[in-house]
Amino acid sequence: MSLKLKNGDKVLVRTGNPTGHCRTPAYLRGKTGVVHRKLGKFKNPEQLAYGKSGKPKLILYQVRFEQTAVWPNYGGAPRDTLLVDIFEHWLEAAT
Amino acid sequence: MSHTQTHGHGHPHDPIEDNPDVRPEHLLLEQAMRELLIEKGVFSAADITRQIEDMDAITPAQGSTFVAKYWTDPEFRKAAQKDGKAAAESMGIDMSVAPELVILENTPEVHHVVVCTLCSCYPRAVLGLPPAWYKSVEYRSRCVNDPRGVLKEFGLDLPEDVDIRVADSTADMRYLVVPLQPEGSAGMPEEQLAELVTRDSMIGVSQAKPVG
Repeated sequence: MSLKLKNGDKVLVRTGNPTGHCRTPAYLRGKTGVVHRKLGKFKNPEQLAYGKSGKPKLILYQVRFEQTAVWPNYGGAPRDTLLVDIFEHWLEAAT
Repeated sequence: MSHTQTHGHGHPHDPIEDNPDVRPEHLLLEQAMRELLIEKGVFSAADITRQIEDMDAITPAQGSTFVAKYWTDPEFRKAAQKDGKAAAESMGIDMSVAPELVILENTPEVHHVVVCTLCSCYPRAVLGLPPAWYKSVEYRSRCVNDPRGVLKEFGLDLPEDVDIRVADSTADMRYLVVPLQPEGSAGMPEEQLAELVTRDSMIGVSQAKPVG
């Protein structure tokens, strides 16, 4: 969890299917995007939802994905993008 | 839901409607929880009514004023880009229990549209309650993978050289779209500009109203 990312870094969203209050949409798991901006540190919603402290706080990143990388049959324009907030423990560095 | 339709991209789906069904089991669950919490003294029925009244009192007009100020006041714009929540607070909007607010400014090159695929996160402190369609499964699922198709259904047909950027509010951020300032509106007073800024244009499914 000491992964430090900066704007423009390529990231891979982890796969996995945990039960519970997870804020990483399933459609992005296993997809590659780019750090758009760092949003700050927030309590972990996966714990907060169950009455826990949510600490330590986690870094929340806004990650930008190319639509064509997320949906193989994307029918829009090639430069269309998605912006999604993803907590650090769901991300790993990609090349 | 009424009928299922097939169109351009070859798969059928329900149209986006303003009146998504509420499942009876969810209504029952809400009622049971509400009655138990009142019985245990966690809150009273009057507390619920007051909360609903407070929520109903917030209208998209606050957001319209915010956007008009953003268009006209460079200092405010700078502040809002840095910290949307603080900027909203500075104009008297109660953000005390609100999450962070991120401003997505549309440009001639990039158009933003906001969705919450996981639930129905919405900048309530600024815009009030979300429209029913915002919470519908159709909008939430289709907005992320066919935004151009969805926008067309709202009457917004953007050319291919405008990049569409969908913001999926999944966590601690709420998003407010600042639509493009309509042509011919430069120099208009803030109050008149605010009248051009519709709720839907701040979600990103339409543009601000044209002048005149």
